[in-house]
Amino acid sequence: MNYAKEELLAVTIARLIGDARHVAVGAASPIPATGAFLLKQQNPALRISLLQKRSGNPFTEGSRELFDLAGQGRIDVFFLGGAQIDGEANINLVAAEGKRFPGSFGSAFMYFTAGKTILFREEHSPRVLVKKVDYVSAPGWSPPEIERRGGPAALLTGKALFAWQTEKRRFLLESVHPGGKADDIRANTGFDYDMPAQVPATPGPTPAELRLLRGSVAHVIAENYPEFARRVWGEARPTATT
Amino acid sequence: MSDLRSNETRFLEDADAIAQEIPDGASIGLPPDYSPVAMAVVRALVRRKARQLKLIGVPVLGLCADILIGAGCVREIETSAVTLGEAGLAPRFTAAAEKGALRIIDATCPMIHTGLQATEKGVPFMPLRGVLGSDLVRHHPDWKTIDNPYSEGDPILLAKAIVPDVALFHARWADEAGNVWVGRRGELATIAHASKSCYVTYEERQAGDMLEDEILAPGCIGSVYISAVAPAPRGAWPLGVPGMYGIDDAHVQAYARMANTAAGFQQYLDEFVLKPVAA
Repeated sequence: MNYAKEELLAVTIARLIGDARHVAVGAASPIPATGAFLLKQQNPALRISLLQKRSGNPFTEGSRELFDLAGQGRIDVFFLGGAQIDGEANINLVAAEGKRFPGSFGSAFMYFTAGKTILFREEHSPRVLVKKVDYVSAPGWSPPEIERRGGPAALLTGKALFAWQTEKRRFLLESVHPGGKADDIRANTGFDYDMPAQVPATPGPTPAELRLLRGSVAHVIAENYPEFARRVWGEARPTATT
Repeated sequence: MSDLRSNETRFLEDADAIAQEIPDGASIGLPPDYSPVAMAVVRALVRRKARQLKLIGVPVLGLCADILIGAGCVREIETSAVTLGEAGLAPRFTAAAEKGALRIIDATCPMIHTGLQATEKGVPFMPLRGVLGSDLVRHHPDWKTIDNPYSEGDPILLAKAIVPDVALFHARWADEAGNVWVGRRGELATIAHASKSCYVTYEERQAGDMLEDEILAPGCIGSVYISAVAPAPRGAWPLGVPGMYGIDDAHVQAYARMANTAAGFQQYLDEFVLKPVAA
């Protein structure tokens, strides 16, 4: 079956969101947004708060409302990335090796307060997945005296899916995306992680999922992430009525 | 800076008149790119060669900060991020940061909101959950960790009250009473409430007093907070005003490409900032 890498990642995100009731999507996250809107097609009760939604934005108190909601425990799932992500699930959005990145955004708060966080970074390389981050924007775990509601649930990259093992504070390689090999993942990951004897392939999108992605999901994504939608689904994006 | 007790909104001629009133060295609270930014004033600040500004991103900065940094107007920023959104990294910010030419105080979004909310209430600090263990805490000059006085063995972080000298943003409407309407963009109200002075450009002037209208009033910032307003039709361009006009994505993409080099950035200034533009 032919599908785009972005479509595989979006269906994987939809599965990771699972039975959550309220998922929030922060700045510049078109693939997590695509996964969330795909899941909403199958589960209309899912509430999606898209920070950057250009029309019909869910917030009426301005940009602090997302954080107030999370602080109260009203957000089940959030997404974070990183210029660097390490084996203890620490993320760095600030600077590494003389390079400056945009900054930490709300990560240092959302990682603690959202029910669970899905780490997502398309680039899977030793440059990104490092043994130890150069700067901790947000820590992957906290000592017991620090109040913390949530933390990492999984790490999804362009090559593989890792599950987070809270007790061991280590990642477990859960699946490798179709066409990839476990050896290649080991070679491209700068941190150590656990691995089963047989690593399954990440399940691809079903024909039904692809129909939804290319129809109503593409439309809502194009409204909010026009560049991304053009790249994945082309200029002739579907209209709301298809 | 204006006296907080005697705020009577003044009506200025245009964005350049506002830029004249914002002194060098001022700290300026600014909204993110998806909330209306007073871009016409940003261009006027570049034209008047403003210097030594401190920009405070509420909670992040975007195009306006990149232009001001590139034009040499900025000494320091405090923000949770600088980004051009889908257009990628903010090139002049990135270049200045990597050269060490800019003081950067890194924060995280809700700590900025919380610091401003403390000022709204006139208290010196306000606590926030999370963040502990982040390197942000080690590097930020104004954050302190205390033990929750209501519960033992429970460390919690404090945001020091943030008091910008100037709040600067764009609004859809201003009225004859000096109120401005920003709709749901609550961060604009937070910035206005917390700042010593507040300058607003607007799209259209409304007759009368919008606070007399039950439908409009909740989206208004009352004139008590507003130092001065000035007309600037399409004044947020190339950014947008929700419900009126959207972000000019093609222009922001073009900016990101041009500003990748110092020469290209200068060309952008020559073309779109230093001479008056019809948006």
